[in-house]
Amino acid sequence: MMNVVKKILLAIALPLTLFAGWYFLSADSESFYSPPLEKILVAFGDTWGLDRLRADVAPSVLRLLAGFLLAALIGVGAGVAIGMNLRLRAVTEPVLEFFRAIPPPVLVPVIMLFAGIGDAMKVIVIVFGCIWPILLNTVEGVRAVDSVVLETARSYGVNGVARITKVILPSAGPQIAAGLRQALSIAIILMVISELFAASNGLGFTIVQFQRSFAIPEMWSGIILLGLLGFVLSLLFRLAERRALRWYEGLRAAQRQS
Amino acid sequence: MTSPRRGNPARSGGTALLGAVGLAGLLLVIELAPRLGLVDERYLPPASRIAAALAEEAGTPAFWTALTDTLIAWSVGLAIAVGAAVLAGIVIGSIPVLRSLTASTIEFLRPIPSVALIPLAVLMYGTELGSTLLLVCYAAFWQVLVQVLYGVADVDPVAFETARSFRFSAWGRIRHVLWPTALPYVFTGVRLAASVALVLAITAELVIGSPGLGKEIAVAQASEAVPTMYALIVVTGVLGVIINLLARTGERRLLAWHQSVRGEVTV
Amino acid sequence: MLEVKGLRKVYRSGSREVEALRDLTFTVDNGELVCLVGPSGCGKTTLLRCISGLLDPTAGDVRVNGQKVDGPPKGMAVVFQEYGRSLFPWMSVRDNVELPLKQKGVGRARRKQLVEQSLDAVGLTGTASAYPWQLSGGMQQRVAIARAVAYEPQTLLMDEPFAAVDAQTRADLEDLVRQLWKRLGVTILFVTHDIDESVYLGQRVVMLSTSPTVVQEELAIDLPEHRDQLTTRADPRFIQLRTRVYEQIQAAKRNAMQ
Repeated sequence: MMNVVKKILLAIALPLTLFAGWYFLSADSESFYSPPLEKILVAFGDTWGLDRLRADVAPSVLRLLAGFLLAALIGVGAGVAIGMNLRLRAVTEPVLEFFRAIPPPVLVPVIMLFAGIGDAMKVIVIVFGCIWPILLNTVEGVRAVDSVVLETARSYGVNGVARITKVILPSAGPQIAAGLRQALSIAIILMVISELFAASNGLGFTIVQFQRSFAIPEMWSGIILLGLLGFVLSLLFRLAERRALRWYEGLRAAQRQS
Repeated sequence: MTSPRRGNPARSGGTALLGAVGLAGLLLVIELAPRLGLVDERYLPPASRIAAALAEEAGTPAFWTALTDTLIAWSVGLAIAVGAAVLAGIVIGSIPVLRSLTASTIEFLRPIPSVALIPLAVLMYGTELGSTLLLVCYAAFWQVLVQVLYGVADVDPVAFETARSFRFSAWGRIRHVLWPTALPYVFTGVRLAASVALVLAITAELVIGSPGLGKEIAVAQASEAVPTMYALIVVTGVLGVIINLLARTGERRLLAWHQSVRGEVTV
Repeated sequence: MLEVKGLRKVYRSGSREVEALRDLTFTVDNGELVCLVGPSGCGKTTLLRCISGLLDPTAGDVRVNGQKVDGPPKGMAVVFQEYGRSLFPWMSVRDNVELPLKQKGVGRARRKQLVEQSLDAVGLTGTASAYPWQLSGGMQQRVAIARAVAYEPQTLLMDEPFAAVDAQTRADLEDLVRQLWKRLGVTILFVTHDIDESVYLGQRVVMLSTSPTVVQEELAIDLPEHRDQLTTRADPRFIQLRTRVYEQIQAAKRNAMQ
């Protein structure tokens, strides 16, 4: 019990101190660019009401999720196909590595050519940007499935769909999760970037509007909201990952002990 | 389906060949798709036109200036981030109280998307190098810091106790026990950070308009010089591949060296 | 009946050729328990993989009840040496045992019954919901055996199944194999490098030469049907037989040296 209390105290001590430090140090700030935190907080409350959340945050988050899920679906699907085929992998790998190496934001101008500036463009940008780590990690994970596991599956007649869903995907799961985690942070970046170019709504769009109109406390509050969004999404992802890969954690702990 | 058998026909030489075939196939598709009218030539020019635009770009001093600017922003930002992250990582990692005190804060700050700082960077530095550096440093810093923290946590307690029992000084413990253990993690962190730093450098240039390849892409887009835009994107991809390869081989080399040295120390 | 006739396997890697199996011929009658024993590196595992249909032989063939083997045959179960890698760590013990049955199209009620029966039979009652890595090495190998037993095979191949467990566990597992064999009436081909184990378990021992492998000799084990770790191993006949096997293996190694 004491331990839990101590843990919680340790966890919140520094954030509280930093927050309090920022609050009090900035209290008399005359600087135009770093207004008092109090002002930012007031702006936060004023700015991000239900209407704004519905009008700007919800579209951003929906586009983000659509793009991420599409990329996950396509990436894992194609990754399994490529990972299971030696030749296909050899042919596609350099091409995939090249696509992964392209900084995703530069795809925005290209995709704007094809898909205009609507929601479709933004979702495609997110898909195109975050599919590569998922795809390449899946390929790597599938390739690395233990040969004994595969032989066991084969000799017990675990073929076809079950071979993929019960054997190959779970075995590659940890690697795929790592790819998804990378992809998620890229997806958030692209969510913002795609809105900077041409948009009429969205979180990134709004923050830049604030910056351009020199509404500094509002801009700060947007940055804080974006940070919170990133934090919450990564937290949710970690929870889901821990649930899905409970066996992997346990296995690793067991291996460390022996 | 791959059979689980070993010794299949595709061998490393063959693999490289197949990879070349894949790249050639990609070029062919990009060449033919617009020529056959499968996609609009204004949106995707044939590969040969992109290549021509690339050659033309390579003849202009502006291109090389932009490339240098990008590389400077990348390397300076990366260096600052690595230096700061290694220092912070070792200090935080080797003092247990600090570690548990900062864990939550790091977990909170790390997933904050670096692009959230774009407006701030614009206000502080405008379209100068500083804007790019801020984003690059921020993004690269976390990559390295987290790896260093893993590395320090991985130090074998027995090795540490041994060092203590021989009355190593704090500096000696860091120098001879902690640092060698953490080094491979530092390399991993640097490798990851190198890619992230490039992405952020070019993103900042593209969005903010600070000098570099990203800005050139934005200019090409604005002036509807589509082949040039594609050519520059290819350059950023190649740059990414090169940085990746260098970082990976560098890591492998240094780690090989490291393990042999470590073998001597611990035995 | 399991027939191995003129079996030859040559591995090719580039221009290099390695002849693992030269010419192997032997049979195992239905319901028989035969041990294959040979010096280490004699191609036992290659042979077993040919028999289980995981590997195509270069020449010769393997027949199960007259049917030529070209892919994992029906009614055959394999227990691999690497139990830690052969059990799927992402599945509970129950799911590990049940998956092959699902693939075979066994109905739900019957599956449940088979899983329970087989876990009981190997002495693992009540561990069904644990993960394999939560169990000790010996228990994991029991799970692998339970999986094989639940599959209701006519033929059971065991590839050095106890090479990685400690000596006491090993004795228990040997008795378990004898007991299961008698109760189920399956045909067992048991590969081992342990001479005592082969004599203790088998009705017949097939001795292999070093690689490129041929059958060195076959020896009927005329020990009493009931075997016991204490009395059987102290039986003078046991000692004679193991000496005989030992000499043959040594002779095989000497031949290889020349």
